[in-house]
Amino acid sequence: MIRHVILRALSKLLIPLIMLFALYVQFHGDYGPGGGFQAGVIFGAAIILYALMFGLEAAKRVFPPRVLEFFVAFGLLLYGGVGIEAILLGGNFLDYGHLAHEPVHGQHLGILLVELGVGITVAAVMASIFFLFAGRGRSDV
Amino acid sequence: MIDVIHIVLFTFLAVIAIAIIRLRDLFAAVMLMGIFSLLSASLFTVMDAVDVAFTEAAVGAGVSTILMLATLSLTHSSESTRYARPRPMALVAVVLTGAALVYATFDMPRYGDPAAPIHHHVADHYIEDTDDEIGVPNMVTAILASYRGYDTWGETAVIFTACVGVMMLLGGARTFYRWRHREEDEPEEAGEAS
Repeated sequence: MIRHVILRALSKLLIPLIMLFALYVQFHGDYGPGGGFQAGVIFGAAIILYALMFGLEAAKRVFPPRVLEFFVAFGLLLYGGVGIEAILLGGNFLDYGHLAHEPVHGQHLGILLVELGVGITVAAVMASIFFLFAGRGRSDV
Repeated sequence: MIDVIHIVLFTFLAVIAIAIIRLRDLFAAVMLMGIFSLLSASLFTVMDAVDVAFTEAAVGAGVSTILMLATLSLTHSSESTRYARPRPMALVAVVLTGAALVYATFDMPRYGDPAAPIHHHVADHYIEDTDDEIGVPNMVTAILASYRGYDTWGETAVIFTACVGVMMLLGGARTFYRWRHREEDEPEEAGEAS
């Protein structure tokens, strides 16, 4: 853990804002620039900033690697699940038009869920990879 | 005016690229690569590709710089130099390849040319029908998530696979060890991030 008071105080202030911005980018991706991938990276960056400022152990208590591992797979499965759901409702794989009564609503819903899946996977992957790199060389393998 | 911005940004890109090649201090090289990504993001913004610029800024300038630094903290921050004898044939091969690539660009349509083939394959359909078929104002999102849902699904799978690979290489042995020796009493690791 580093002792720079200014950096730590500032990052305390910034991390919630970064996470909020990630959520904005995630759910506003339909209307402006952004989407699941960018949002996931920004959210992962917030976790990484927390780990840099307050130590790897503290970050691992907030975001346990086991939970991150779950989300790495969950996002991808959510994406695939939307595709399978479209098949079950009578369409093709990832054909969101069948997800709701009106095709356009189905498209909205499908894009939202799919982007959410991408975002969850990317955020968990970024944080996991950083934890693995940062934890390397300081534990008894 | 926009041409001036293009020229300035591309000049900076070239200068930074040469600096990265010549630097032996890897820490400085990583920082310059972050700046390179940020400049690329600015270029994409000038070219009206804000979604790409966003990704480049977040991934290239942000996360990958951090990961590079994390890697540097595990290794050394200066490149071990070993000067080989200059090889004229290698230089000839590189120059010829570069010249061929530059020659090939003469056949490409001008930047932003509305008559370019790439803009008439499926782009017309996207531009005209996205509003009725998808109803999402950001056309890039509509294309990435819906029209090309397969591609994005594949990309997500690639990221997933990359993470699994890193886990196997950097964390897999330990996890397996823990799994095998779960019943045994093992001390908690007490290390802290620097």
